[in-house]
Amino acid sequence: MKYLGITLERPKIGVFDFTGCEGCQLQIANKEEDLKDLFDLVEIVNFREISSDRREDYEIAFIDGCITTDSEVARLKKIRKQAGILVAMGACACLGGVNNLRSRFSLSDVIREVYDRHHINTGPVRKVADVVHVDIELPGCPISKPEFEWLVRHLVLGIEPQFPKYPVCVECKQRLNSCVLDMGLMCLGPVTRAGCNAVCPRNRLGCWGCRGPSEEANFESLIEILREKGFTEEHIAERVKFFNAFSGVLNSDR
Amino acid sequence: MTVKTVKSLNIDIKHLSRVEGHGDIRIRVEDGKLAECTWAVVETPRFFEVMFKGLSIEMAPILAARICGICSISHALASARAIERALKIEIPGPASMIRLLAKHAETLQSHSLHLFFLVAPDFLNVPSMIPIMHTNPQVAETAVKIKWFANRAADLLVGRSTHPIGIKIGGLTQIPRKMQLKELAKDLDATIPYLWKTLDLFKGFKMPDFVRETELVSLRGVNRYPFIGGDLISSDGVRKEEDEYRSMTNEYIVDFSNSKLTRLSRESFAVGALARFNNNYDLLHPKAKEAAEGLNLRPGVHNPYFYNLAQLVECFHVMYESKELLLELIDLDTSKFSIHYKVRRCEGIGAVEAPRGILYHYHRISDEGKIEKADCVIPTNQNNGNIYYDLHKLVNELIVQGMEGKEIERLSQMLVRAYDPCISCSVH
Repeated sequence: MKYLGITLERPKIGVFDFTGCEGCQLQIANKEEDLKDLFDLVEIVNFREISSDRREDYEIAFIDGCITTDSEVARLKKIRKQAGILVAMGACACLGGVNNLRSRFSLSDVIREVYDRHHINTGPVRKVADVVHVDIELPGCPISKPEFEWLVRHLVLGIEPQFPKYPVCVECKQRLNSCVLDMGLMCLGPVTRAGCNAVCPRNRLGCWGCRGPSEEANFESLIEILREKGFTEEHIAERVKFFNAFSGVLNSDR
Repeated sequence: MTVKTVKSLNIDIKHLSRVEGHGDIRIRVEDGKLAECTWAVVETPRFFEVMFKGLSIEMAPILAARICGICSISHALASARAIERALKIEIPGPASMIRLLAKHAETLQSHSLHLFFLVAPDFLNVPSMIPIMHTNPQVAETAVKIKWFANRAADLLVGRSTHPIGIKIGGLTQIPRKMQLKELAKDLDATIPYLWKTLDLFKGFKMPDFVRETELVSLRGVNRYPFIGGDLISSDGVRKEEDEYRSMTNEYIVDFSNSKLTRLSRESFAVGALARFNNNYDLLHPKAKEAAEGLNLRPGVHNPYFYNLAQLVECFHVMYESKELLLELIDLDTSKFSIHYKVRRCEGIGAVEAPRGILYHYHRISDEGKIEKADCVIPTNQNNGNIYYDLHKLVNELIVQGMEGKEIERLSQMLVRAYDPCISCSVH
């Protein structure tokens, strides 16, 4: 395959799901306009949700979901061994995501609440990097379709992807959105890594921080502003902890 | 006549492909008898009922959405509805219309994903949609056009198709402008011809011949084919109110599955497109009825492979009804799309027809507006038992017919796929 006169190899790609909602994989299948171009650019050799083909010769592995069982740990390690590049895809894989909300309770209480005394094979919530080395983190809940495509183009061309270092707030201003903080909504846009095109504030919902912290984020200042606007400590903590993206930020964590 | 009964067989499918989530099919035949036949849901649970505990109610629909990447709009709607019913909030008319439109967008996106990406490869003898893009580009184009419209509609109506942004307790975070609704209506018109192409495609697919009469459970519509709220009915004559969902589902736990199973009047029941179609045929849009006739699909069918066809009929329904809803909204005053509410101690249930069947969310709320207890009963939960019994009957019949192992494997996989199981969801 040639692109801009350069001969390119079509990298072999595998997409693997663990504990999660599989919404990030769905974002890939939802790339309607250029799905064919995308599938021409790479060779999908293992993607259980949409294909019965299952080959083990993938070079790049995309991991969807967090890790909660021993069998998942073993499966993930096997994938890591095979893949030259391993991408953690989405908030569950990168951060543990909303799954961490259950970590507020003991594992035995968690199981009893849902399954009573029945035996269930589960363990603590781990992000992918807690188990194996991760080469690239593609953030978001769910991942953004354009950003996924942008990443794949970089991988095909062999260029290291540079994710935005600045916060969502910058993108939000670029889109000329009205500031939801000014409208009285809580928003973590000033401290959350950009790349989502400020989709939540655009739709009149404050940012929930699903993409994790931006570089040099000024948490103290944001929390101060939120307090001034009358949000309670409890309310702030609830939002900051939702995706497990900002551990250690709140005084109560320290 | 020689009977060619299958003497021995061992099928062990780990993580069935082209379904959402992780499920295994195990079939073992010994001495011509079925020794084991299981549909095992091995998905790892996430314990959403626990995650909800202690959260402010405003977070509930946002968390609920994360249960499923495909039907997240349904989850957000069921959770919001549970809380709104608990607090006795009536959301403004335009907001309920936008919610229903978003629901329709999700139904279209989910059904078309299933029909094209998960089901069609079986009938075209390919492992996935990927080779179809080259071998049958017009099929791929049809799939892409329909899915594109469905996702574009969801993006406009509630911000995003996966994990919607605009659904909040009391209504919506914002409402699309009239101009945008007009453009969406135009896009809808341009998409409708692709639905008819899909109909032609599926007319050419012969669904396997298999029947197991079962109880079919769905919402019952009032004036409209049901999607959001209403009475619960079954084809065995049970009728209950939305609040009585527990006695309609009767969840129980089994050893071989992390998904709870359910039952009502018999050993299992089924929910989803075929149940809705059978229980609410009279309320389908005339164009959907026309599509059903084209597929030879009539109420009273109990062939689970016909789930595929019932989903296609529903695609027609949601498209044509969306057009009517859009035109109505364009002429309406849409300035009020959300209302304020006060929290208090209460509890409520929200039932919604997700693409794969009835979905229930229950929330108990404290005086401070925190979730004290949550319960979710998922469509695939309710179908897993029915799939299990279907699989038994199917395999037993195929053994007696002396069907080859490969064919038994193929038809078993297609049976499970027809239900379009959403396994992560069912384990939640």
